[in-house]
Amino acid sequence: MAASSCRAASGGCAGKYRKLDEILQKYKGVPGALIPVLHQAQLLFGYLPHDVQVRIAEELDLPLSEVYGVSSFYSFFSLKPRGKYTVSVCMGTACYVKGAPALLEKIKETLRIEDGETTEDGLFTLDTTRCVGACGLAPVLTIGDDVYGRLTPEKVPEILERYRR
Amino acid sequence: MKLFRAHVLICGGAGCISSGCHAVKEEFIRELQAHGLDDEIQLIETGCVGSCDLGPIVIVYPEGVFYQHVTPGDVQEIVSEHLLKGRYVKKKMYRHPSSGEPVVSSREMDFFRHQTRIALRNLGLIDPESIEEYIARDGYFALGKVLNGMTPEEVIQEIKDSGLRGRGGAGFPTGLKWEFTRKAGGARACGEKYVVCNADEGDPGAFMDRSILEGDPHSIIEAMAIAAYAIGAGQGYIYVRAEYPLAVARMKQAITKAREYGLLGKNIMGTGFSFDLEIRVGAGAFVCGEETALIASIEGKRGEPRMKPPFPATAGLWGKPTLINNVETFANIPVIILKGARWFSRIGTEKSKGTKGFAIAGNINNTGLVEVPMGTTLRKIIFDLGGGIPNGKRFKAAQTGGPSGGCLTEKDLDTPVDYESLQAAGSMMGSGGLIVMDEDTCMVDVARFFLEFTQDESCGKCVPCRIGTKHMLEILTRITEGKGQEGDLETLEELAEVIASSSLCGLGQTAPNPVLSTLRNFRDEYEAHIKEKKCPAGVCTALKRYEIIPDLCKGCGLCARVCPVQAIDGVPREPYRIDQEICSKCGLCLSKCPFKAIVTK
Ligand SMILES: Cc1cc2nc3c(=O)[nH]c(=O)nc-3n(C[C@H](O)[C@H](O)[C@H](O)COP(=O)(O)O)c2cc1C
Ligand code: SF4
Ligand code: SF4
Ligand code: FES
Ligand code: FES
Repeated sequence: MAASSCRAASGGCAGKYRKLDEILQKYKGVPGALIPVLHQAQLLFGYLPHDVQVRIAEELDLPLSEVYGVSSFYSFFSLKPRGKYTVSVCMGTACYVKGAPALLEKIKETLRIEDGETTEDGLFTLDTTRCVGACGLAPVLTIGDDVYGRLTPEKVPEILERYRR
Repeated sequence: MKLFRAHVLICGGAGCISSGCHAVKEEFIRELQAHGLDDEIQLIETGCVGSCDLGPIVIVYPEGVFYQHVTPGDVQEIVSEHLLKGRYVKKKMYRHPSSGEPVVSSREMDFFRHQTRIALRNLGLIDPESIEEYIARDGYFALGKVLNGMTPEEVIQEIKDSGLRGRGGAGFPTGLKWEFTRKAGGARACGEKYVVCNADEGDPGAFMDRSILEGDPHSIIEAMAIAAYAIGAGQGYIYVRAEYPLAVARMKQAITKAREYGLLGKNIMGTGFSFDLEIRVGAGAFVCGEETALIASIEGKRGEPRMKPPFPATAGLWGKPTLINNVETFANIPVIILKGARWFSRIGTEKSKGTKGFAIAGNINNTGLVEVPMGTTLRKIIFDLGGGIPNGKRFKAAQTGGPSGGCLTEKDLDTPVDYESLQAAGSMMGSGGLIVMDEDTCMVDVARFFLEFTQDESCGKCVPCRIGTKHMLEILTRITEGKGQEGDLETLEELAEVIASSSLCGLGQTAPNPVLSTLRNFRDEYEAHIKEKKCPAGVCTALKRYEIIPDLCKGCGLCARVCPVQAIDGVPREPYRIDQEICSKCGLCLSKCPFKAIVTK
């Protein structure tokens, strides 16, 4: 059953499903386990493939509709594959006031994608967040775990370039 | 314990991390070792010091010398001059803004001098990963005091007497909430009630809670244990938003340490009291900051609010009585227990006791985190601590309360900051986000921004919130695009009233606030957009006009060459002209003109 998303993913897929089963075993019977499990599954697979959600529903003994209801409610969960790096532009108030919209425009222009899309080479996914808590350095953008502050649109291409190498 | 002759504190808060403090720390480790100083001088990575825009920040104690914008290249000099020879490195020290003289101790800086730190007491002073350092600053003494000599009723009475009110926004009296939760369901055994810490910090532009979790995690653990003892709970949850991975990591580490020390888990301090904690990570839904939605989310469901009553105090997590408090509320508890309600209630105003933390950001010189006594004026916060507006611009407005709040203007600057006064001024306390805006900010655009936020974050459960905010957003967007019509403002006001009065939860009920408050204070700006099709602040792209000032134009033709739509025409060495019909308002010409002859109107 796990086959379809397995074929899509490159090697180590069976290993990922084994890992998923371990996670599910750990959370069996824990009240309110669904969201922590979805978090860990997303960390493992990079997003939440259909098969993974089916497996989670079976193991946690929940209707699939409930699993989908939850995974689609929260913006942090992704139902589509994402690029290697997620470029997130902070659209919190502090960043907005300090010019985040111009930053976002520059990134769209540089990567030639819209908010929510992934570049063709699978390297970058662009999205927006609401405050990463580094408001003192607004405007802020994050790429993976890296936080960049005090930005101007001019600095964008050079920063993105670092991730192409 | 080892004795050190000096301590080098490096700020490891989110702001400083993004400014590169870890490279500075590595360099310090190398340099201290190279000079054989690692036995005499202790290097500590702390939580956010507060003045994030000056980062990376290094403070050297015992003197408290404050070094700003430190780069790895500066480290060698600080070590060989300051630490070896006792000579301060003046060029990296903070300078007094008017005299230009280096300020020796951070305690003398305006930014710190006016603060009273209770909730933020340990921030920037201790290593958040060291439980020993927390204990050395009286950490877990309040828990000891409570478990060894106070009844739950006495604890609740102390909190009631202190006058502490919730710091998450609504300002409900904390002691009273504890009492309701204790009394709910009769005097049941432990384990059937819950304590929850709301660390969802949804206000975009606020980071007090984050800084406390990252900079002083044990204060939250200690406070939650005290609360659990007071209400009779055996299990607690900390609900942290997913955007704060470092806070989650620090909290996890702190919980593990507290368990090792017997300060969490079974039979705490040998008193027979048991309490344990678990972290739950949010998943990017603002509405989950609302307490009933937060409970649903911990239960593993969609984060949709439900009708109140029943309040969580009677029917919360899994239907059991549940105490929910905000991070900053909890952070005050141990200090109140140790220093007493009388001490605490002497700080602040008549109805708002204690202090309030604010995250100051936006168009302001000193961005960062401050804690001031309730009743401090906005003027003092913005101009004395915050250092005023940069680039000689004028102050226009300050937003408090985030997307649920409103804007405060020049006339409100002398308002004492407390729950009632801010409400009377048309805004609210909120959780402590304070965004300062200068004259170049378009208030219609700001209102549109907040509406876009609430519209996006509406859970969709009730129609007025889901559809109403969408409709309001459409009108606002139209106005900023120069397509506003006669009657739009009245429609906005009518919609606002319906949404505010018929939405289920606080998100919908307060969503219209930013629009109403900007309409009250800046109606002329709305009218300029609608009637004159002008954006007075020059922000709304569609209403911008790029013009060439003939007197300044030297006719070099550069602008005409860069214009992507060929909107600029002219004869060399004569003033050029922009055809407004063709211009796509990209702004390229303005940035390219070597003579600054192009302006926006
Ligand atoms: C839409 C909405 C979002 C909220 N977000 C937060 C939040 O991020 N943090 C918080 O502490 N309280 C938030 N609250 C308030 C909580 O519902 C609750 O009142 C608070 O956590 C109680 O704690 P306190 O009494 O210590 O303030 C929010 C309320 C609403 C209606
Ligand atoms: S007011 Fe809005 S956010 Fe609150 S329950 Fe209704 S739809 Fe959901
Ligand atoms: S703003 Fe852009 S489109 Fe308009 S005249 Fe200048 S370069 Fe041309
Ligand atoms: S608003 Fe962007 S980091 Fe807070
Ligand atoms: S992060 Fe260093 S001062 Fe705030």
